[in-house]
Amino acid sequence: MKKTGSQIVVECLKKEGVDTLFYYPGGAVLPLFDELISSPFRQILVRHEQAAVHAADGYARASGKVGVVLVTSGPGATNTVTGIATAYMDSIPVVILTGQIPTYLIGNDAFQEADIIGITRPCTKHNYLVKEIKDLSRIIKEAFYIARSGRPGPVLIDLPKDILVGSTEFKYPEKISIRGYRPTLEGHLGQIQRAVHLILKSKKPVFYVGGGIISANASKELFQFAETLSIPVTMTLMGLGGFPGNHPLSLGMLGMHGTYHANMAVMESDLLIAVGARFDDRVTGKLESFAPQAKVIHIDIDPTSISKNVRVDLPIVGDCKHILLKMISLIEKEDFSSFKEGLHKWHRQIENWKSIYTMSYQQEQSIKPQYVIEKIDELTKGEAILTTEVGQNQMWAAQYYKYLKPRTFLTSGGLGTMGYGLPAAIGAQVAFPNRLVIGISGDGSFQMNSQELATAVQYRLPIKVAILNNGYLGMVRQWQEFFYGKRYAASSLEGHSPDFVKLAEAYGAIGLRATKPEEVVPILKKAFSLPEPVVIDFVVDPEENVYPMVPAGEPLNQMRLV
Amino acid sequence: MRHVITLLVENEFGVLARIASLFSGRGFNIECLSVAETLDPTVSTMTIVTRGDDQIIEQVLKQLNKLIPVIKVVDLIDKDFVEREMVLVKVSATEKTREEILRITDIFRGKVIDVGSKTYTIEVTGDEKKIDALLSLLKPLGIKELVRTGRVAMARGSKAITELT
Repeated sequence: MKKTGSQIVVECLKKEGVDTLFYYPGGAVLPLFDELISSPFRQILVRHEQAAVHAADGYARASGKVGVVLVTSGPGATNTVTGIATAYMDSIPVVILTGQIPTYLIGNDAFQEADIIGITRPCTKHNYLVKEIKDLSRIIKEAFYIARSGRPGPVLIDLPKDILVGSTEFKYPEKISIRGYRPTLEGHLGQIQRAVHLILKSKKPVFYVGGGIISANASKELFQFAETLSIPVTMTLMGLGGFPGNHPLSLGMLGMHGTYHANMAVMESDLLIAVGARFDDRVTGKLESFAPQAKVIHIDIDPTSISKNVRVDLPIVGDCKHILLKMISLIEKEDFSSFKEGLHKWHRQIENWKSIYTMSYQQEQSIKPQYVIEKIDELTKGEAILTTEVGQNQMWAAQYYKYLKPRTFLTSGGLGTMGYGLPAAIGAQVAFPNRLVIGISGDGSFQMNSQELATAVQYRLPIKVAILNNGYLGMVRQWQEFFYGKRYAASSLEGHSPDFVKLAEAYGAIGLRATKPEEVVPILKKAFSLPEPVVIDFVVDPEENVYPMVPAGEPLNQMRLV
Repeated sequence: MRHVITLLVENEFGVLARIASLFSGRGFNIECLSVAETLDPTVSTMTIVTRGDDQIIEQVLKQLNKLIPVIKVVDLIDKDFVEREMVLVKVSATEKTREEILRITDIFRGKVIDVGSKTYTIEVTGDEKKIDALLSLLKPLGIKELVRTGRVAMARGSKAITELT
C-alpha cells in the first residue's frame, strides 16, 4: 500500500514499540505533526528542544526503552546538540528525528537550514540523512537497532520535508543487516576461564562497575557474583544503583568525590574487576599511580573502552550480563571456600578504612545540603527515582542517598550537563507516572532549563524539584576556594536569582521554601503528598563543600577529607 | 611508528567526513589518505598512513572499526605488503638542466607527460622512499609544483583484504 513519508515514520515508530514522543514543532516537520494528531503515541510538548532530548534520555534511563525526540530543522535541530552529546557520553539509547528543508534546497542556506548531520556526527553513535523515500523505513529500523544494541547511544535521522510529503509503497523491513555493525555479545570463553582463575587466585579483589551494568540490566548477575564470592563492589557515578548501596559489600562510589574506603580499596587491591566502566579521569585520578598493584580484568561491550586509559591484563569484550552469567556458572563448579576464607583479611582492612573516615557533615543552624539528601533517602527508603543537575548537588545526591536498584539515579555523568535534571525528571515521570520522581537541583543549574516547569504542569507530572540553593555555582566556588585563592570570579548568584517559590507559582506549580533544618522533613513530607509538580527552595549553607575530594590529576589516595 | 591501514567502507556520502572527523576529534594524525571505489560499487577502499605508539594505533583501529559504515580494518604493518604512490612533478627546465631531468626520470622509470617551453611535467610511481629520493634529486633543479596521490597498499600473497584477519 502507498504511504506518505510521514505515515511511514508513524508506522515504523509503532513497529518499534514506541509509546511516547518528546517534541517541539516547526515548519519543516509540519507534515509529520499533522500525521501525529491521529497517532496513538503519548506526546509531550516541551518548551525547548534541548529539554526534549534530556526528557527522552531520562525516559530511556528510567525505563530501559529507547527515548524518541522529534524537532524541526535549523535551530530546532541545533538546540538538541547538548542533549545528544549528553546521551552519547553516557551511552543512552535515544532516536532523534529532525526536520530538514527539502532535499533540492539542501546546501542553499535556506531558511532554517542547518547541516545537523555534520554537526552531530561526533556526538551520535550514527546518523542518517534520508535522501530517498525508499530508504526511509530501513533507516528507521536500523536507527532503533543501532541505538539500543551494543553500546547504546543516540542516533539521529534527518528528514527532509519532501521525503515526508512524498509517497511510496510501504514495506516494513523484517530483517536487519548492517555489514559494518555486529556487536559482540558473548565473551571469549578462554578469556572468561582465565578471568575466573585470576579472581580465585586474588587476595584483595574489588569489583569496579559502571553504567554498563545498568544498560545491560546485569545488576542481578553482579549481585549474585559478588555475594557468592564476597567480593566488595565500588561503583562509578554512572554505576550507582547497579549494586544496592546499603549492602555490606558496597563500598559506595569511587573517584574524585568517592568514599575514602572505596578509593583506598581500589588503590590497595591486587585485582580490579572492571565491568561496564571506562576508567574516566574522574575515577582514576592520576593515571600513573592508579591501583598500582592491581591486575585488571576489563569486561566491556565496547572494544575502544579497553586499554584506552589503563593497561588491561585481561580484556573480555561482550555484554556484561552474558559474561557475568558465564563466570558464575564456571565459579560454581570450582571449590571457592578457601578463596572466601582468604578474603577475611581484606574485609577487615576495608572495615578499618571505614572506621578511619566516613562521610559526614557538621549540623549547624543553617540547612546542610547533605542533610536534605539524607532525609529524602530516609523518607523514600531508596524507592524514588532521583535526577540531578551537575556540580555539588549532583555529588551530594550521589553520596548521601543509598540507591538500591538500577535506573533510579539519572545523572549526566560524562558530559556533565547543567540543565539535565529537570527535563530528565519529566521524562522519568512520563515513563513511570505513579512513582516518586525527585529532581535534585542547584540554584544555578535549575535556571538552565526551568522553562520545563510549564511542561510538567501541562501534563500534570507530579515531579518534585529540590533546589539546594546556596547562592553560588557551588562546585565552581569550591574549586575557586581550593585552587584559586578564594577569588570567586563569576560564581556568585546571591541576590540575583528569581524567587523560586514565586517562579514555581507563576508556572502553575507549587512552590515551597525551607530555611531551617527542622523545616526540612515536614516540607518534604508535604511535597511528596501533593499530586502536583512541586519546587522546594532549600536555602542551604552557602559555603558547604563536597568531601572527600581528590584534586584533579592527583593520585586517588590523596583525598582532602575536611 | 608509521602504520599503513587499509579499510573497506560503505560507498556512501559522509563516510570520508566520519573518518576525517574521527581522526581530528581524537587527536590522531593522518599522514596521507586515498580512497576509491572497488569492484563492488557499494564498497570503497581506503588507505590511511598514520603515526603513533602501540596504544594510539590500537585506539585508531578500534575507533575505525566502531564506525558503522566501516566494514573492515586491517593494519598492514603486521603483514608483508606492497605500497605505491604516484607523484606528478613540474620541474623548471633550462638548457643546462633538460638532459639531467630526463636522465633522472629515466633512472626512476618515470615518464615525461607534458613538456612546456620552460618546464617538464614528470610522472613517477613507487614507494615512499623512491618518491622521496626522486624529489631530493629534482629539488636543486627547481620544482615548481608537485602533487602526490597518497599511498595505496595491498597485502602480498593470494588473500584479499576480505579474507585477512
